[in-house]
Amino acid sequence: MRILVCVKRVPAPGAKILVTEDGQDVDAAHLGFTTSPHEECALEEAVQIAEREGGEVTVLTLGEAAAEEQLRYAASVGAHNAVLIPTDGEPWDPQRTARAISQAITDLEAADGAFDLILFGNESADSGGFQVGVRCAYALGRPIVNGIKGIEFADGVASARREIDGGYEVYEVPLPAVFGVKEGINLPRYPTMKGRLASKKVEVASMELQADSGGLARVRLHRPEEQVSETVILGTGADAAGAVCDLLEELGVL
Amino acid sequence: MTLLVVLEHDRGDLADASLEALTAGRGLAAANGWPMHAVIVGANGENLASDAAKYGAEVSHVVGHDMLVDFGPEAWGESVAQLARSIDAGAVMASGTERGNEVLAQIAARLDEPFVANCVTVTPGDPWEITRVQWGGSLLEDTTLVAGMKLLTYGHHSLEPSPADSAGDGSTIAFTPELDATLARTIVQDRTVLTKGVTLATAPVVVSGGRGVGSAEGFGPLEELAELLGGRVGCSRAVTNNGWRPHSDQVGQTGTRIAPEIYIATGISGAIQHWVGAMASKNILAINTDAEANMVVKAGHAVIADLHQVVPAIIDEVKKRKGLA
Ligand SMILES: Cc1cc2nc3c(=O)[nH]c(=O)nc-3n(C[C@H](O)[C@H](O)[C@H](O)COP(=O)(O)OP(=O)(O)OC[C@H]3O[C@@H](n4cnc5c(N)ncnc54)[C@H](O)[C@@H]3O)c2cc1C
Repeated sequence: MRILVCVKRVPAPGAKILVTEDGQDVDAAHLGFTTSPHEECALEEAVQIAEREGGEVTVLTLGEAAAEEQLRYAASVGAHNAVLIPTDGEPWDPQRTARAISQAITDLEAADGAFDLILFGNESADSGGFQVGVRCAYALGRPIVNGIKGIEFADGVASARREIDGGYEVYEVPLPAVFGVKEGINLPRYPTMKGRLASKKVEVASMELQADSGGLARVRLHRPEEQVSETVILGTGADAAGAVCDLLEELGVL
Repeated sequence: MTLLVVLEHDRGDLADASLEALTAGRGLAAANGWPMHAVIVGANGENLASDAAKYGAEVSHVVGHDMLVDFGPEAWGESVAQLARSIDAGAVMASGTERGNEVLAQIAARLDEPFVANCVTVTPGDPWEITRVQWGGSLLEDTTLVAGMKLLTYGHHSLEPSPADSAGDGSTIAFTPELDATLARTIVQDRTVLTKGVTLATAPVVVSGGRGVGSAEGFGPLEELAELLGGRVGCSRAVTNNGWRPHSDQVGQTGTRIAPEIYIATGISGAIQHWVGAMASKNILAINTDAEANMVVKAGHAVIADLHQVVPAIIDEVKKRKGLA
């Protein structure tokens, strides 16, 4: 099975998220970067499927040159091929992103054959546009279902599970198919030393692609107003149990 | 022009989120001087026209087709796109649920129009000015929108639903889309409900543990406390990543959003991605050794101590007060 996984490099903020002075981006000067969590799970799923069913995993990202870090990471946990669509570092809007990725997929397939399965993260952790995967699937004329937390195969059909409140629903989608995957579908592995070493040798193919922007233009990013509350300290040890139970009684849960 | 609101339902069982969408849509339609219409796709949809009217829809378009019994993102997206084109809608919107965002993305792909997910405020004009959610709620983005047809969702829970002052009369118009048979490929085939009753999302009490719990076994006391209080156990991503708890227990941006009467967060630092999942809690009690931890700073109440000592002491006291010890 030929599998493609599309991932996004995002900053990893902790207790606070800071914005650059011009309001155009997250201030990542003091932050590490990571693969957006849903995509990290999409990648793990692809690697597990390839291990189980046989096949090859290609990882693709659109981003600044530094996104090579996430591609190498993907290679260190089992991706075979890596593709970068380089940007100028400016954030691309969802339509522009989808146009470029669709074109890249078309080109990759023309060169090496169709992908049986394409996985996206359900939504990116930072901009959360909920659409790049859907736009790409439509452009490619393939079925897509989002919110997927389980995939199995039988006779050229992918049986995909999606969580609903207190349960799940099942979709039976013929291959080639596209899914938007969510964290929780699996527990991503950590890279092994061997994987890390091998990932250094993986060739990152660069695909320069231009695409038109869509109708959204960022004005600025800003933090929501925070409600600041004085924290009432109920104690500093086991003897706080009484005060905690008083609170629970007051709230009617005890 | 018309504002079209997509209602979400399963065979006539309306999602609460759709009432939010109608409430938000009413304001947006008024700001544009447009009427608001509802669109209801799928089996038993006609039963929902009276709800739509109560929340201000002038008309409900009931979309029927042999293929449209249960939900399917492609079939729903294609149907609403065809309807929106045929009535020359100025905007189409839904609530920013999983399905709402998915259907709007499907429409956007088909019409090659921009789609703005999880809006908080929308001000029509030239261009439209929109504030939307990023990072699951930790950050806001102001953006402008230029489009032929405006496609958007309102962030789920970003407003309280309220019925209209003057309800519509509940009239309906039938619409039959032309659907390619291949779109049946993404229609729900089966549905299984596992838990009836309290889920993490609806529990009145959530007792959560983070990295500070230290092990899978360390969650034993948290389970006991949650049980005693009729609540559920939650956790941070550090815990899921360590394999101590299943992902279904994870609270946060990429986990579950909770809104309990009280959230007891033990050994959790309160990173923004965790916080956005917990911030709708009515009360928060943080138990942490670090008085400076973000969770402690943001909580209404805190105990600054080792959770391994405090949690068992709370269990004993709860049992005593319940007459169990
Ligand atoms: C894009 C993205 C999405 C994410 N989504 C989520 C998400 O959905 N949910 C989520 O939780 N995280 C999420 N994260 C991860 C998040 O950034 C944090 O890494 C994570 O929440 C940290 O978990 P923690 O608080 O348990 O661990 P830590 O940050 O390590 O904190 C442990 C806390 O325990 C306290 N402690 C230690 N020992 C004790 C003790 N004996 N008694 C009492 N207190 C003790 C410490 O003082 C500290 O405050 C996401 C990250 C990214 C980048």
